[in-house]
Amino acid sequence: MDKDMENRVKSLLLAGVGGQGILLASDIICKVMMEKGYDVKKSEVHGMAQRGGCVTSHVRYGKKVYSPLARKGDVDIIVSFEKLEALRYLDYLKAGGLVLVNDEEIYPPSVNLGEADYPRGIYESLRAQLGPDHVKVVTGPEMAARAGNRRAVNTVMLGVISRFIPEIGVEDWKKVLAKMLPEKIIEANLKAFDLGRAA
Amino acid sequence: MQELMSGNEAIARGAWECGATFGAGYPGTPSTEILETFAQYKGVYAEWSPNEKVGLEVAIGAAFAGARAMAVMKHVGVNVAADPLFTVSYTGTNGALVIITADDPSLHSSQNEQDNRNYAKFAKIPMLEPADSQEAKDFIKLAFELSEKFDTPVFLRTTTRVSHSKSVVRIEPQAALEDRTDIRHLPLKYVMVPINARTRRVEVEKRTLALREWAETFPGNRVEMGSAEVGIITAGMPYNYAKDAFPEYSYLKLGMVNPLPEKLIRDFASKVKKLYVVEELDPFIEEQVRAMGIEVTGKAVFPYTNEFDPGVIEKGLTGASSAPAVTLQTIPPRPPNLCPGCPHRGLFYALNKTKAFVSGDIGCYTLSYMKPLAGMDSCICMGASIGIAHGMSKALGPKGKGKVVGVIGDSTFIHSGITTLLNAAYNRSDAVFIIADNRTTAMTGMQEHPATGYTLQGEKAKELDFEALGKVLGIESVEVIDPLQFKNTTEVLKRELQKDGPSLIISRSPCVLLMSKKAARAKHFFTDPEKCIGCKVCLTCGCPAISWKDFEKAGMPPRPERKKQKGIAVIDATLCTGCTLCAQLCRQEAILREDG
Repeated sequence: MDKDMENRVKSLLLAGVGGQGILLASDIICKVMMEKGYDVKKSEVHGMAQRGGCVTSHVRYGKKVYSPLARKGDVDIIVSFEKLEALRYLDYLKAGGLVLVNDEEIYPPSVNLGEADYPRGIYESLRAQLGPDHVKVVTGPEMAARAGNRRAVNTVMLGVISRFIPEIGVEDWKKVLAKMLPEKIIEANLKAFDLGRAA
Repeated sequence: MQELMSGNEAIARGAWECGATFGAGYPGTPSTEILETFAQYKGVYAEWSPNEKVGLEVAIGAAFAGARAMAVMKHVGVNVAADPLFTVSYTGTNGALVIITADDPSLHSSQNEQDNRNYAKFAKIPMLEPADSQEAKDFIKLAFELSEKFDTPVFLRTTTRVSHSKSVVRIEPQAALEDRTDIRHLPLKYVMVPINARTRRVEVEKRTLALREWAETFPGNRVEMGSAEVGIITAGMPYNYAKDAFPEYSYLKLGMVNPLPEKLIRDFASKVKKLYVVEELDPFIEEQVRAMGIEVTGKAVFPYTNEFDPGVIEKGLTGASSAPAVTLQTIPPRPPNLCPGCPHRGLFYALNKTKAFVSGDIGCYTLSYMKPLAGMDSCICMGASIGIAHGMSKALGPKGKGKVVGVIGDSTFIHSGITTLLNAAYNRSDAVFIIADNRTTAMTGMQEHPATGYTLQGEKAKELDFEALGKVLGIESVEVIDPLQFKNTTEVLKRELQKDGPSLIISRSPCVLLMSKKAARAKHFFTDPEKCIGCKVCLTCGCPAISWKDFEKAGMPPRPERKKQKGIAVIDATLCTGCTLCAQLCRQEAILREDG
């Protein structure tokens, strides 16, 4: 266990849309934390949420974690795999927390039907509320394509997240990625991770 | 060795580690992964039964034979299994019988929020409740031991947050197995005619007294003394929420929620200044503590509805929240939707056009009640669609002719639609009944059932034939349609609605998720921007692959020649599965198949 590990439990909230690989991403984060000797818990809801609805996964780690759910105002980093979803759970972010956003729009039904507009100015609004240094936007689909696997957007996001978890080294992430992913997609995913981390 | 496991995976692991060899149940969120995981272990028998009542009866048989058996279901499944449940409490179990009930506070994937701790008290069955994955693994083992020790079925209750959260679990090897199965003839114990049941009834009360005593020293009921200012009695996941919010207070953490350890509770209450019970849903513990004459606060400050989190506990105990005030922007909701290419879309689109009352059922297709499909008018519980349609059609008489339809999924029909379809045939219903047959139990994640031709453990099985079954039950008019053929679907619906007597339509097309490889290879569709007149007909089928784009967003100049047109429909090729439904709806022939 790292010497600098505090007693405080840290919380991540991963949000997005069913099918974006959020549950696998949060599994990987937990595995990394467990291997580094942290207590770790995560929670998400299966079932109806898989049918194109919102998906969230809470990940919490520290010396001893009780609740797998973070409370409102207590999340260190919100990681939104979809642009609009970054706004939905903003009340979970703690003062001074960070929002990481994958720059991808997936229309909810009312927007598809032309009954509502996809909100504009999301990044401006986030930056105005949280301060420009607390919002990071990355073009996940473009980076995943560059890495050679369009489906690796979730790994790009893991790379981005890794930058903001200084207590975990890059090799610890890569070790777990290599262990948990099918062999034929490991290379592209490690590249996607690096691109995300460098973004 | 440590592993990260969900509560459900940990239950399956624990059952296997302690020598359970038998599991039966019916899929239902949040319980499904327990049997799915258990079925993977070597040396066990696991089955999907048609419904929870059958699953429990099968498990009772295994326990009577001396095995360690479990019946696994979601909270509402226990309603279905309630008949054998209340009487197996009298007979006892010989071997071990554990009933797992996975409750769903906040109704993440359920039709109600019932608190199944009430079943434990009602049926006089002990109940253990784990708070995390490690406890889930430990408690399932204890549950089997307890069942054998006290000759009683035992409940293990989880909630969605226990079942679907992952936490660190210590893995152990499987205990040495000893085959204890045998045939034992014990008619006085197992034949529940009144004279025997009266005797067993007394045994149940004796057993409950013995269990009460046992609960007093059960290590899973543990006191964690902190500050004596506040004492909290809690169990299951809410323990974690309370410890997270107030680690400094004193706790009585109950691992067994029925029966309760009265002496332990009295002793704990006497040591703290202010006593709270922290529990989700019903005031189950609170009312019993109050009945002991102990002053306690619970639902006066905590909600009856929805699951808790640490913030709820903080607000309940302090009256305020420490979270910074954030004003959330109003943004479009993102409800779940039928997948692109889902065959149910074709069926419910056509049903909406009939203007009939559509009595629906439980499954993915329940989502079709939402706009724009708006193809369903009611949904109560598994199997209810057919009975409700029949009752409505009878009550309306001639007024309801051609206006009442009951729709039920294939797995749901097998679960509890067969007897009710028999009833509709026998009592000469005038409604039309539809089996939305997508060849799988899709909502819970593609489980096999008697009509798929495979068992839970992957063995080939005899496929149930819905057409033949409909005829045997007494339905004379049985039709099979492909719901993605819009014209034919509409015609068959119209024809069957006009007929006298009950009709059965089998709407058959495999779930698009079963077909995902084929769908990926299929030729996708696109809209021709020149031909699209912006009428939005294609949007009314509610496919997530089709979206409305105004000219600006579509990167097109406005069209002065068509003044009213504001934009066009656009199909996302990465989502389109080539099901062709939208192309069949388009009157402009503006939706075309990709070449190549």
